Amino acid sequence: MKNFEFLQPLSAADAVAAWTPDAAYLGGGTNLVDLMKTGAMGPDRVIDITRLPDLDRIETTEDGGLRIGALVRNSDLARDPDLLRAAPMVAEALLAGASGQLRNAATVGGNLMQHTRCPYFMDADAACNRRVPGSGCDARGGAWENSAILGQSAACIATNPSDFCVPLAALGALVDVEGPSGGRTVALEAFHKLPGDTPEAETALEPGELVVALRLPAEAASFAGHSRYLKVRERTSYAFALVSAAAALRMDGGRITEGRLALGSVAARPWRIAEADALLAGAMPDDALFARVAERLLEGAEPSNDTGWKIDLARRTVIRALQMAAAGTPDRLPPLPASPFGPSEVAVHA
Amino acid sequence: MPEDFTRHERFGSNSGQPMTRRDGIAKVTGTATFAADNTRQGLVHAVYVPATIARGHVTALDTEAATHHPGVLGVMTPANRPDLPGDLDAKPTRFSMRIEVLQDDKVRYAGQPIALVMAETLEAATEGARLVRATYEAETPRTRLDDAETFEVETPDFGMPGETVHGDPEAGHAAAAFSIDATYTTAPQYHNAMESHAVVAEWEGDRLVLDTPSQALAMSCEAYAHLFGIPAENVTLRSPYLGGGFGSKAIPTGPLVLAVLAARDLGRPVKLALTRKQMFGPVGHRGQTRQRIRLGADAEGHLTVIDHEALAATSSFETFLESAANASQGLYAANALRSRHKGVRLDIGTPGPMRAPGEASGSAVLECAMDELAEIVDLDPLEFRLRNYAETEPGTGRPYSSKALRDCYDQGAAAFGWADRPRESGTMRDAEGHLVGWGMGTALFAAPMFAAEARATLHADGTATFETSAADMGQGAWTALAQIAADSLGLPMDRVEFRSGHSALPSGGVAGGSAHTATAGGALHAAGGDVLRQLGELAAQQPDSPLFGAGNAQFEARKGRLHIAGEIDRSDALSDILSRAGRVELVGSGNAARGQEVTEQYAMNSHGAVFAEVRIDPDLCQMRVTRLVGAFAAGRIINPRLAESQLLGGMIWGLSFALHEEARHDARTGRIVNADLAEYHVPVNADVQGLEVITVHEDDQHVNALGIKGVGEIAITGTVGAIGNAIRHATGKRIRHFPIRLQDLL
Repeated sequence: MKNFEFLQPLSAADAVAAWTPDAAYLGGGTNLVDLMKTGAMGPDRVIDITRLPDLDRIETTEDGGLRIGALVRNSDLARDPDLLRAAPMVAEALLAGASGQLRNAATVGGNLMQHTRCPYFMDADAACNRRVPGSGCDARGGAWENSAILGQSAACIATNPSDFCVPLAALGALVDVEGPSGGRTVALEAFHKLPGDTPEAETALEPGELVVALRLPAEAASFAGHSRYLKVRERTSYAFALVSAAAALRMDGGRITEGRLALGSVAARPWRIAEADALLAGAMPDDALFARVAERLLEGAEPSNDTGWKIDLARRTVIRALQMAAAGTPDRLPPLPASPFGPSEVAVHA
Repeated sequence: MPEDFTRHERFGSNSGQPMTRRDGIAKVTGTATFAADNTRQGLVHAVYVPATIARGHVTALDTEAATHHPGVLGVMTPANRPDLPGDLDAKPTRFSMRIEVLQDDKVRYAGQPIALVMAETLEAATEGARLVRATYEAETPRTRLDDAETFEVETPDFGMPGETVHGDPEAGHAAAAFSIDATYTTAPQYHNAMESHAVVAEWEGDRLVLDTPSQALAMSCEAYAHLFGIPAENVTLRSPYLGGGFGSKAIPTGPLVLAVLAARDLGRPVKLALTRKQMFGPVGHRGQTRQRIRLGADAEGHLTVIDHEALAATSSFETFLESAANASQGLYAANALRSRHKGVRLDIGTPGPMRAPGEASGSAVLECAMDELAEIVDLDPLEFRLRNYAETEPGTGRPYSSKALRDCYDQGAAAFGWADRPRESGTMRDAEGHLVGWGMGTALFAAPMFAAEARATLHADGTATFETSAADMGQGAWTALAQIAADSLGLPMDRVEFRSGHSALPSGGVAGGSAHTATAGGALHAAGGDVLRQLGELAAQQPDSPLFGAGNAQFEARKGRLHIAGEIDRSDALSDILSRAGRVELVGSGNAARGQEVTEQYAMNSHGAVFAEVRIDPDLCQMRVTRLVGAFAAGRIINPRLAESQLLGGMIWGLSFALHEEARHDARTGRIVNADLAEYHVPVNADVQGLEVITVHEDDQHVNALGIKGVGEIAITGTVGAIGNAIRHATGKRIRHFPIRLQDLL
């Protein structure tokens, strides 16, 4: 591993002041350290932010929303009573991600900042415009089977692998950042960027900016009764999604008053289309409606590499997630969170 | 109540008991020392540079930056590599293969070592390796079965013939009223033992001391000795624990040999441990196959022919390939059997034995094909297999040394509830609307033996020490072999010290081929028997002994006493015999290997039947194996807990083969893009549900003195096909490749 300077600032201001273009902020380290080991990333300076004060708290804000510090660990957040009440599908998404050990280490801020799992991004010997601007894209025509079907460009076919961000995008979460020129707030929906010609610009963060908190608006809780996260994958646990979907509905007397949808693992950001959501508003939930919504959400989808099957799978996943959301959020998190397999499938070893 | 010595699981007071692993606490508390845990004064760390192309030449190696990196001691390249005395083309041991040790500038596969960086710290060596810049002249890599010409195979592995024919296959095809002709493919798989390959090597003059995980300690010493031009007795190899081997840790591999060379050159101890990514290349794998299988049956569903052709990948510089078609020999009673192999040379690391090599890939296809034909004949899959049950070995007509397969079918089917299976596909649903399918497969694995030696020492206080250089890869050799050893002298476990995992001990042979317990156990049993024989001779000469005068008797030992066989009342304490003779100890030796005669006379296999249930989401097509029931007959079971654990593990590997494992090459570079355990999938706990193992009673008088067959690999066979068949039953879709993927069902 390349030698680097290791700093442990005690305030956000010091952390931001310590930043240089060759520096990286370190949270739980579950993504950055792996990439440093493979040589895909090689910061000269690593700024450990885990000692910054007050970033490991979950607070209820004055308007009734939740403010979640960037250093809250994924496993702590997934079991937080306030989050479970306000946004159970966020907990479901968190628990569907990674493994228990990783969730214990991974932070909220790090989850937002995690890089694509495109193997060509992670392989320092491969050409990757996202990692080295202008170097090319070996993923195109390569052996990666989980590349984007929406929003990709000639320069990049990466997907964002986060589970967590998918329901957050649907629920209108906001990201508080601190930077050299002060603090500001970015909508999570706009946080991750589509690649275009500049895939190296992965997020909306300006140089040196640091995620300090995530906010969930109070209105998110109005979807709590009808919201589900569904993650489709080949291994039942410890695998990234092939396709995932967050579906949140507000229901009134059997009718949908408002719907929010986001798709995961299909694009470089959680995929949302306002027009697809609009189809849900005021409609009675049925499969024909859900199919129309899926069609609208996936409009313009195109395979990159050999991922045509993902378009079909995404359509089916949207429909199922909507069916599950319409049926209502279960009282308790299911034993296999976000899985299409329910409790009746859980058997004990003989 | 008198002890019942007749039941097979209680031939002594220890064997047959479900004892827990004796090394378990050391392992779970982290005090068990694995090879890379070792350190030395003045230790040097070595990291090799892997080739990033798969075929071509290194035209230039820029080591300037690496050499000047702080802490780096040197960079070994083909240009400056110290001499390696051994002939790299020679095959000093049975399992030897050519290795890549910087002998030239040629790149034969991606990940091949092209330089070795030695440094004071692991971090410096790692960064040094990253700083080495290679320039290549690359040729188009060949990584797919159609990328190169095929060749006829003389021997796919272990000296077995490339083609085996019994009866007249053409007549069998002609006589068939029903037939199938199907082609299946299986993916490249990598062993991925949890513990990566590692060595700590230190030279003391012309003596070499190695801490390295080994499935074959004596054989490894021979191979290292050959490479370094020293006598085998000059090599000390310590391998007390292995974090899995799966067939990949029997012979030296290139990276480890380079570390040993570096240690000799530097005059300092050197440690090298492969990263997970490096485990995909120079340390073996299961090669991909494409198998065409043609089955014919007469109007009553009796097989007229099994005609199985396998095309399997090997490297450009070796011959080992997956002997998949041989899985069709020895199982079903067909009039004619033909197994043929072809090879294709690709720019990949050499494949090697991995988790039922050949058998797993071949059984997967044979068992799916049997179901394909059963459907056409319109018979229940189990009924079809029973109709073709072989009472003697098909083709040869040899009797089986024992074969309780019918019991396996019966007990497995009963436990699973197979009788309720509807014949039609796609007709079962669970309460949540998931498609449910049931499938089965027959399991078969040969019961070979290697050669092993052991030493038993009885001490004056009545305790004993047993020694053999066995290998515990996690399967439980520390425990099961000690049980056999203690029983051979009729002692409780706590009166016996069992020494193993060190090359200075008598050779424990190879922990492979599912033959270790039979072979090393046989040697320990024989060594104990030698002690008893000597004790009997002594006692017979001792007027004070109750055994005085029993010169020609057979002896056996129970509870610390020597008995005349069959005479429960006439016995003497082991320690008394020694003390009367004025001896402080008595040493016996034993060995085990199977004789040629019995080998030719009998077909010897473990058998089993595996039943699988899958549930599949009808829209999303996510699959889960919700139940696996395996019934296995494998001769005497020494330790039911450990044997069951091995069989459970084998079934899980079968699930892994069926649904998960696949290394994916980038066809342009030849590099594997999923060379880590996040993306190279094996099952996780949530994938493994409802496993049940039944061990079926089986007495075998011929297989070896203890009646032991093997349980290490059999359970992967049968399971793969059972899952493929269950998916067919659930969905109506017959997928003819492994792993079966979600998108195959969309």
